[in-house]
Amino acid sequence: MSETKWNIILKIYRQKENEAPHYSEYKMEVDPDEYVLDAVERVWAFMDRSLCFRHACHHSTCGACGMRVNGVEKLTCITYIRDVTQDGATLKVEPLRNFPVISDLAVDMGSLYCRMDSVGARPVLPVTEAEIENPSNKWNPEDAKYIRLSDCIECGLCISACPSAATSSGYLGPAVLAGAQANGLKHDPALLELVDSEDGVWRCHSAFECTAVCPSFVDPARRIMNLRTQIVSERLSRLFRRKS
Amino acid sequence: MSKPHAIIIGAGFTGTATAHDLALRGFDVTVIERGDLCNGTSGRTHGLLHSGGRYAVKDQESAIECIDENNILRKIVPQVIEPNGGLFIALNESDLQYGEAFIEGCEACHIPLEELKPGEALRLEPNINPKLLTAFLIPDGTFDPLRLALSFAATAKKNGAKFRTYTEVKSLIVDGKGNVVGVNVMDRRLNKSQEWRADIVVNATGAWAGEITEMAGAHVPVKPTPGVMVAYEQRFIQRAINRLNKPGDGDIVLPQRRMVVVGTTSFEIDNLDYVPVLENHAKLMLERGAELIPAIANAKMRGKYMATRPLIGAGEGRSAARTFKCYDHKETDNVDGLVTITGGKATTLRAMAEKTADVVCSKLGIKAACMTKEVPLISYRRYYTMPN
Ligand SMILES: Cc1cc2nc3c(=O)[nH]c(=O)nc-3n(C[C@H](O)[C@H](O)[C@H](O)COP(=O)(O)OP(=O)(O)OC[C@H]3O[C@@H](n4cnc5c(N)ncnc54)[C@H](O)[C@@H]3O)c2cc1C
Ligand code: SF4
Repeated sequence: MSETKWNIILKIYRQKENEAPHYSEYKMEVDPDEYVLDAVERVWAFMDRSLCFRHACHHSTCGACGMRVNGVEKLTCITYIRDVTQDGATLKVEPLRNFPVISDLAVDMGSLYCRMDSVGARPVLPVTEAEIENPSNKWNPEDAKYIRLSDCIECGLCISACPSAATSSGYLGPAVLAGAQANGLKHDPALLELVDSEDGVWRCHSAFECTAVCPSFVDPARRIMNLRTQIVSERLSRLFRRKS
Repeated sequence: MSKPHAIIIGAGFTGTATAHDLALRGFDVTVIERGDLCNGTSGRTHGLLHSGGRYAVKDQESAIECIDENNILRKIVPQVIEPNGGLFIALNESDLQYGEAFIEGCEACHIPLEELKPGEALRLEPNINPKLLTAFLIPDGTFDPLRLALSFAATAKKNGAKFRTYTEVKSLIVDGKGNVVGVNVMDRRLNKSQEWRADIVVNATGAWAGEITEMAGAHVPVKPTPGVMVAYEQRFIQRAINRLNKPGDGDIVLPQRRMVVVGTTSFEIDNLDYVPVLENHAKLMLERGAELIPAIANAKMRGKYMATRPLIGAGEGRSAARTFKCYDHKETDNVDGLVTITGGKATTLRAMAEKTADVVCSKLGIKAACMTKEVPLISYRRYYTMPN
């Protein structure tokens, strides 16, 4: 935290049931080294008790506080105010797209959670499968006994940013396809029909917006590409199995 | 006879676990929460699935609760737990001396422990301070806070419990005799007030418990005591690393997903609804964390945050007991219809719920046994996918 204080206008999207959406503006003094979520929470604590927003862990493990900050999907609990605005400027905060708004900044993530379950995306997995920390050849075989929470925090940022999700509400979406990819079609052949479909991997137009906004290094775009390869080889091997 | 109706105020660990227990015992349950799930302390908890080792010397009642509940949670909700154990490490003479009391305490509380030579400990955890003098292996773990509460809430919902989120309790409905018969709420999604009646109201608002009891002229001795935590962007360890000494600031480092999280501190506050993260506390986490894991000194910070403990009873900060208490306000304040459950830990959420449901059942003359030790919880994701 710094001695510097900035005066900003926090412009927040508001929508109550049966009401037309609008924006409310709050003049605030902030420390540029606070997080966007701190400012939003202070609006609730000191200025407007009717403001609804989701948040829980405040350190990027739960995925509840995803919002659009000046039009870009952010996990607000780890987004410094310094990085998204400047002294005297307006900071616009809106709910994620492609999810129904419950109220104000809070959205209903039911569709994402339902689809994550439908592909059996694992909430915990052996650390040796978490590629990002270590290239797989660096693990000792005995490390496979360590279990850890998976990288995807189900924040929905990728779905909000995805142009394909915007045009088709049935699209499984980046996080879900990434969850299927991590399980692997070899390991879970029943997934094939689900992901090899119009609303599966083929809906993706390789915009790579998902990977750009993912705060948790899941890299869904690469995983979707890999899943396509898995599909092709699974289809081929099924074909050959039938022929022989 | 129709089912008895229980209103639970607060959907943190305590409220969601109590909803699960009461739903299994045949209650009609309504949970009222002013934010979404884990809006308060629970969401921001450090995330240590305590083995009880931390309390084994000074607070053995808590230590025993922790090890018993740790074993149960590993069984009923493995989907949210990193079950890899923990180390208590000694870095100086004073730590070594504490080690003697620690061994005795763990034995007295049936906490399994194994002493490791420094070389063995470093083989398991190459990033801990290489100057360690000794280490003890104990069954700690890490959990995901939101998903722990969601798992209880999902299972409660499957058994009929209703969750009214974004709904704030504004006052308690009190009958002519001063007894609580329901709650007046503000639905924050509609900006509309509503009235809900119940056979029993359970106050599970943690650090905010005093604000609710005050609405009925009743009292609970809750002392809100916040602490600061800092997360770093690299998973240096697989186990929880604890300093082998009496509980102090920044003496636990947890692995969580691809991070490590250092915690915590302990201070007092006036305004519960917004507590700033004190910069000197965050600095202290960096220093103390780096004593346990030197690489933290150069790690990239991921986030700093705070949460407020609902400590109960006498005793200052660290020395206050970490056990929980269930208050039947008929007994404490002659106000019937209201029960408060507070104090405790995330690790003991199920036991807190059991105790509360026992009190509620005995007040209403209902005979129903607790089943939560055995019932596995369903996928946390179902909380969001089942209709309310
Ligand atoms: C810094 C810190 C670190 C911790 N670390 C650990 C740890 O590592 N391991 C562990 O086991 N435990 C830990 N704990 C303890 C644990 O987090 C708490 O004991 C637990 O979260 C308390 O849960 P609760 O449900 O009782 O309270 P809360 O989670 O605070 O729930 C109360 C709920 O009531 C709601 N509420 C309040 N007023 C109203 C109203 N008027 N109307 C409607 N709703 C209302 C709030 O929004 C809130 O969601 C830690 C605590 C702190 C502070
Ligand atoms: S893939 Fe990344 S952006 Fe998408 S839900 Fe998971 S963590 Fe969030």
